[in-house]
Amino acid sequence: MNNPLLRGLTQSRYSRRDAIRVAGFSAAGLALAACGVQGQKAAAPAPSAAADFWSTQKKNGTVVFANWPEYMPEDQAPLKQFQQATGISYEYKEVIQENAEFFGKSEPQLRAGQPLGYDIIVMTNGIQLGKMIQLGYLTALDHKQLPNFAANAGAKYKNPAYDANNTFTIPYQAGVTGIAYNTKYVDEDITSIQSLFDKKYEGKVGMMADAQEIGNFGMFAVGVDPDKSTQADWEKAAAKLKEQRDQGIVRKYYAQDYIDAVAKGDIWLSQAWSGDVFQRQLAGEPVKFVVPQEGGTIWIDNMAIPKGAANPVDALMLMDFLYKPEVAAELTAYIQYVTPVTGVQEILAAKDDKDSKALADSPLIFPTDADYAKLRSYRTLTNAEEPVFNGLFQTITQG
Amino acid sequence: MRRWTPYWLALPAWLWLAIFLVVPIAAMASVSLTTGNLIDGFAQTFSVSNYSDAIAKYSTQFLRSLLYGGIATVIMLVLGYPVAYWIAFKAGHRKSMFLFLLLLPFFVSFVLRTISWGFLLADDGILFGTLKGWGVLPEDFHVLATTVAVIGGLVYNFLPFMILPIYVALERVNPTVIEAAYDLYASRFATFRRVVLPLSLPGVFAGVLMTFVPATADPINAQVLGGTGNTMIGNIVQTEYLVNNNYPTASAISFTLMAVLLIGIFIYARALGTENVLEAAAR
Repeated sequence: MNNPLLRGLTQSRYSRRDAIRVAGFSAAGLALAACGVQGQKAAAPAPSAAADFWSTQKKNGTVVFANWPEYMPEDQAPLKQFQQATGISYEYKEVIQENAEFFGKSEPQLRAGQPLGYDIIVMTNGIQLGKMIQLGYLTALDHKQLPNFAANAGAKYKNPAYDANNTFTIPYQAGVTGIAYNTKYVDEDITSIQSLFDKKYEGKVGMMADAQEIGNFGMFAVGVDPDKSTQADWEKAAAKLKEQRDQGIVRKYYAQDYIDAVAKGDIWLSQAWSGDVFQRQLAGEPVKFVVPQEGGTIWIDNMAIPKGAANPVDALMLMDFLYKPEVAAELTAYIQYVTPVTGVQEILAAKDDKDSKALADSPLIFPTDADYAKLRSYRTLTNAEEPVFNGLFQTITQG
Repeated sequence: MRRWTPYWLALPAWLWLAIFLVVPIAAMASVSLTTGNLIDGFAQTFSVSNYSDAIAKYSTQFLRSLLYGGIATVIMLVLGYPVAYWIAFKAGHRKSMFLFLLLLPFFVSFVLRTISWGFLLADDGILFGTLKGWGVLPEDFHVLATTVAVIGGLVYNFLPFMILPIYVALERVNPTVIEAAYDLYASRFATFRRVVLPLSLPGVFAGVLMTFVPATADPINAQVLGGTGNTMIGNIVQTEYLVNNNYPTASAISFTLMAVLLIGIFIYARALGTENVLEAAAR
C-alpha cells in the first residue's frame, strides 16, 4: 500500500476533539445569528399621516434624481431649466440598470431605515415597484403640490391599476415591448409574434430574461391576454417557450444587451423595447421595430420618492416641472419613448426641423387608439403567485 | 501574566476572523434555515428543506458549474504550467517584464474584459466576419452563446491566478538541485518529473485552488458569453437573491456550493499527498 492517493484518503489527520470543537463553534455562531428577517409589510398609510408629513417639510434648495442610463438629454437641459426656474440645484445620477437589481440592493438599506441618498427614483410598474409600495418604502405624494401633473397627465396615465390614485408614483415615461429586427438579415416584414418561434430563424432569435417580459410574449403566442391570465395560461405559455428553446430557436435570453446583438447581427430578431430601437435608427443602423399583431406590452416607468429622502418638497417640484408640456417635449425628443404628458405631440409637430416632425408622426411614440388597443399591461402578481410565475419562466431562461 | 501575552497579541487577528468570517457565515447559515417571503418576513424554522429543494431544483446547474470549472481549471493548468516554467527558468532578466505583461489586462475591470470578448467573437465581428468573408468559416459558425465561449472566458479571466503561484513555486527551486539531478545521470525528462514537478506541486495546488473555486462560482462569463443552457450556479444565486428576493434559498445554494468545493479541495489535497492544505496554500 504505497499509493499516496489511497493513503491520503484513508489516514486520519483530524482528531475527534477537533471535530467537536468545530461543531461547537458553528452551533454557537448559529445560535448567535438565529433571528430571521423581520417582515416589513406596511399598513396603508392614513391620509392624515401623509398630510402631517408634508406640512412639516420645506424646500431645501437641492434634489438628487436617480434614473436609468440614456433617460435624459445629454446636456440635461430640462434639469437646467428647472434649476433656473426654481433656484434648486440638482444632482443627476444614472444608477438604475434593472428593477430587480436596484430593488435587491436598496431593500436592505430601506429595511434598516437608512436613506438611499436619492430624492427621486424611477421604477417600472411590476413586481419590484409593487414590493416597494407594499413594504412602505415609498413616500405618499402630496398631490396639492403637483398641479402640472393634474392638468397635463394623459388620462391613460392617471390612476393606474398598480398604484390607485397615483398615491405613491407618477409616470416618467412609458414604452412598448415588441419585436426588433435587423433588415440586413431579415428580408420579410415581421408582423406576427410567431416569427419569434419560426424554425427558419433557428439560433437567431433573442428573448428577454425577465420573467414578466418573456412570460407576456409566451402568452401572446398562445393567444392569452397576460392581464387576465391564470396559472393554467402561464403553464401553456411556458410549454410554448420551452419548445422554442428546445428547438434551438433562441440563441440567448438577454437582459439589456439584446440591441447590440441585433445591430451586430448576432441575432436577427429579438424581443425589444421601442425606445432602444429608435436610438439605433437615429444612429443609422438597419433595425426596425414592430408591435406584433397578437399584441405587445406597454409598461410605465414611474417617479417616486423613497422613504427617508432628504428633500421631498424639492423632489415634488422637479416631478411636477417635468409635466410642463414644453419640458416633456424636450425629453421626448431625446429619449423617444412614449410620454405621459398631453400636448407634446402638438409642440413637436409645430417645430421646424424634420426630426421633430418625424417624432410627432411616429405611432410608436404617440400610439393611436388602435395601437393602444393592441397593447397590454403587465399582470399584477400577488405574493403567492409571484414565486409560481417566476419559477415557471425562470426554468426556461435559466435552465 | 506573561503567559497570556501571545494570546493578547493575536487578539486583532481573532477579532478580524470573528467579524469578517464567523459572523457573516453564521448569519448566512441562519438565513438558510428560515422560511417565508420578503413581504411577511422570514421566520427561523431550522427547516433543512431549503437545502433539499435547492439541490433538487438546481442540480443541473450545480453539476454544470463543477464541470465548467473543472474543465477550465485543467485547461488553465495545461496552458499555465509551461508559461510559468518558461518565465521562471528561461526568461532571464526579463522575468519581471513578462510577469507585468501577464497582469496588464487586469488593470481593466473583469466585466469589461469579458464584454470585449463579446465584441471580438461576434458572429460578424472583426474576427469571424473576416474569416467568413474569406470563406474559411461557414456562414452559421459562431462561438458566442456556446459552452466553448463560457469555458474559454473562464480560462482567459482566471489564467494568471494559475500561472503566478506555479511561477512562485518554480522560482524557488534551487538550481543546484537540478544540477545534482543531471550529475546523477537523470535525463531532462526524469529531472523534470522527479525533481522539478514535485517541488512545484504546492504551487500547482495553490493555483488550482485559486482558479477552480472562483471559476465554478462565476456568474459573469455565463451571462455575457453564454447562451441558453449555459446558466451556472452563480447566476442562480444572483437571481434568487436579487430577482426573487428568496434569501433562504440563495443562502442554502451558497452554502451547498461552499461545502461541495471544500470537500473537493480536501480530497484533492490528500490525493496530491500534500501534508497540510493550509500550509501548502500559505507557501
